[in-house]
Amino acid sequence: MDELAIGSLVASTLRVSVPLILCALAGLLSERAGVIDLGLEGKMLATAFAAAATGAVTQSLPAALAVALAVGLALSMLQGYACVTHGGDQVVFGMAITMTAAGATVVLGLAWFQQGGQTPPLDDAVRLGPWFTALGEQVGRLPGIGPGLALALFGHTALVYGALALVAAIWWLLWRTRFGLRLRAVGENPAMVDAAGVGVALLRYQALSLNGLLSALAGCSLVLAQNPSFIPNMTAGRGYMALAAMIFGKWHPAGALAACLLFGFLDAVSIRLQGAELPLVGTVPVQAIQALPYLLTVVLLAGFIGRSRAPAALGRPYVKER
Amino acid sequence: MTRTPDLPRWVDVAVLPLVNLAAALLVAGGVMALVGFEPLQVMKLLAQGAFGSRIGWGYTLYYATTFVFTGLSVAVAYHAGLFNIGGEGQAMLGGLCAGLVALAASSVLPAWLMLPLMVVAAAAGGCAWAAVPGALQAWRGSHVVITTIMFNFVAAALLGWLLVGPLKEPGNMTPESAAFADSAHLPGLHEALGWIGVEWPKTPLNLSLGLAAAAAVGVWALLWKTRAGYAIRAVGFAPEAARYAGIAPKRTVLLAMAISGALAGLVGVNEIAGVHGRLIPDFVAGAGFVGIAVSLIGRNHPLGIVLASLLFGALYQGGAELAFELPGFSRDMVVLLQGLVVLFAGAMSRIGAPALARLFGRPARG
Repeated sequence: MDELAIGSLVASTLRVSVPLILCALAGLLSERAGVIDLGLEGKMLATAFAAAATGAVTQSLPAALAVALAVGLALSMLQGYACVTHGGDQVVFGMAITMTAAGATVVLGLAWFQQGGQTPPLDDAVRLGPWFTALGEQVGRLPGIGPGLALALFGHTALVYGALALVAAIWWLLWRTRFGLRLRAVGENPAMVDAAGVGVALLRYQALSLNGLLSALAGCSLVLAQNPSFIPNMTAGRGYMALAAMIFGKWHPAGALAACLLFGFLDAVSIRLQGAELPLVGTVPVQAIQALPYLLTVVLLAGFIGRSRAPAALGRPYVKER
Repeated sequence: MTRTPDLPRWVDVAVLPLVNLAAALLVAGGVMALVGFEPLQVMKLLAQGAFGSRIGWGYTLYYATTFVFTGLSVAVAYHAGLFNIGGEGQAMLGGLCAGLVALAASSVLPAWLMLPLMVVAAAAGGCAWAAVPGALQAWRGSHVVITTIMFNFVAAALLGWLLVGPLKEPGNMTPESAAFADSAHLPGLHEALGWIGVEWPKTPLNLSLGLAAAAAVGVWALLWKTRAGYAIRAVGFAPEAARYAGIAPKRTVLLAMAISGALAGLVGVNEIAGVHGRLIPDFVAGAGFVGIAVSLIGRNHPLGIVLASLLFGALYQGGAELAFELPGFSRDMVVLLQGLVVLFAGAMSRIGAPALARLFGRPARG
């Protein structure tokens, strides 16, 4: 492989990792606060549809972003109402949101756009443009690794750089602020947080609102950066893959980032490996590479490659003792 | 699940699910009105499509058969305190194993041997696929919800690979296996009724219906009439107490998951042996997830599950008819409704309970 091929592989790895990274961060925040989020897939689907539909109707990028963020936030608030306030089953809620979103996006898409559930393709003005192209051109003129480097790291959309920055931001938020300390504590031992006079429900709602906004950004990345329009079920299991990445990353932003990049890399490479002969193993079926992240997660959960410990109070509604 | 307000048993068992169902229907009706359909007209057409003709009944019962299997599967795991989201993958493996047996032997074995063999293979396939997450949960503490989700994707990849690769029929462009010989064909109900001289229109409904009925009775007997069923319910209710009572929680978890997977695997009998006669991709078509809704609405009891399966079978058949009748109507409306049912009957099921408790007046104890 020459440096151009490597450069484009790095570039596509980054691109396909973005929805995973944003979604994994969303899951990380809610699960650190003790709320399981199996609804990431549904939230991503619903917000992707919201962004695409708004973008197609209004031709406005800010409007598309705003509506998507509002939908993500609303879904997370519903989750808070059902699971935090009323102690509903968190796993069942996640399934419900994912199913409802899968049905509702097609029904609404069909009714509003009459294109088999798709939205019309978004104009370039509505979509996210490449950043740092001028800088990339300059880097590209460097001798040797220049062209490959330019291809790999420059000219991505704002969401690529934004997602990477958010990994650091959320690490800082969780491990360097008082809010983060409390948020992590509420996922480990809510009774203690309650005894300290800090509201358990409020903290969980706060974590969920950030979760909603981040999953909305993940949904946006699908329609504003990757695909030009919304397609039914376009998330195709990415929400679950992000969940797997979050577990694989041991509920830590840096770990989650690494896992997302690994999964994204597998995704990017699986297309190139189609029919290609590899040394020692021969042709690897694409499906085997696609299944690898899920298998790895199961193996990790079984403790065969290190323990991944979930927050202690994960999944348990908190009921104040009287 | 917490049962904070103390409801009379009949309200808890019958009224609460109906209230939750009504809430889901109400929201779905709102969406229908939003996209320009008359909800009441849609409901009427839906009921007509599902129950208005013998063909409608045939399809309704055919869908219901599959949902009974996946619904029971979710319920058995639930009674052991496990949430099995892997019905989809377990059903895929069930169909795959039934199909492999049929591909290998249907040209040489007679039907009376072939068909029971396929049933066993389907159950064994689903059983094996669920036993792994079950064992990992019991002995390594890996959460069964996550592992079964992951196994759904692995199963889909496995089936996908087999159908574009080793099992693909040579010369056929579509990714499906060769057709099985006749001995692997489970008779349709119209054929079976024809033998005793009753005429019935041709639908995909087949003898799996009997298998589903037997499974429902079997699960009821297992859970409430056997020692193993008692162990399953005890572990689900209070694992620590069960352990003190001499029940091995780990083995019970494994047992519950194995039975749960075997039930989901039987979907393969209905779809592969009963209808398609060959292995095709995506024959499960979300039935594993419908099973969650069915089990929640049926309150995890076999009788409730049979009724809820009938309801969802009717929604599927009626929804398909509607897609013909009303331009712009999509069967995804049924998926939406299914999600809302899981939302209201599952995640938010107790929200209506205080109001019902006030209505049927029995003050909360304690």
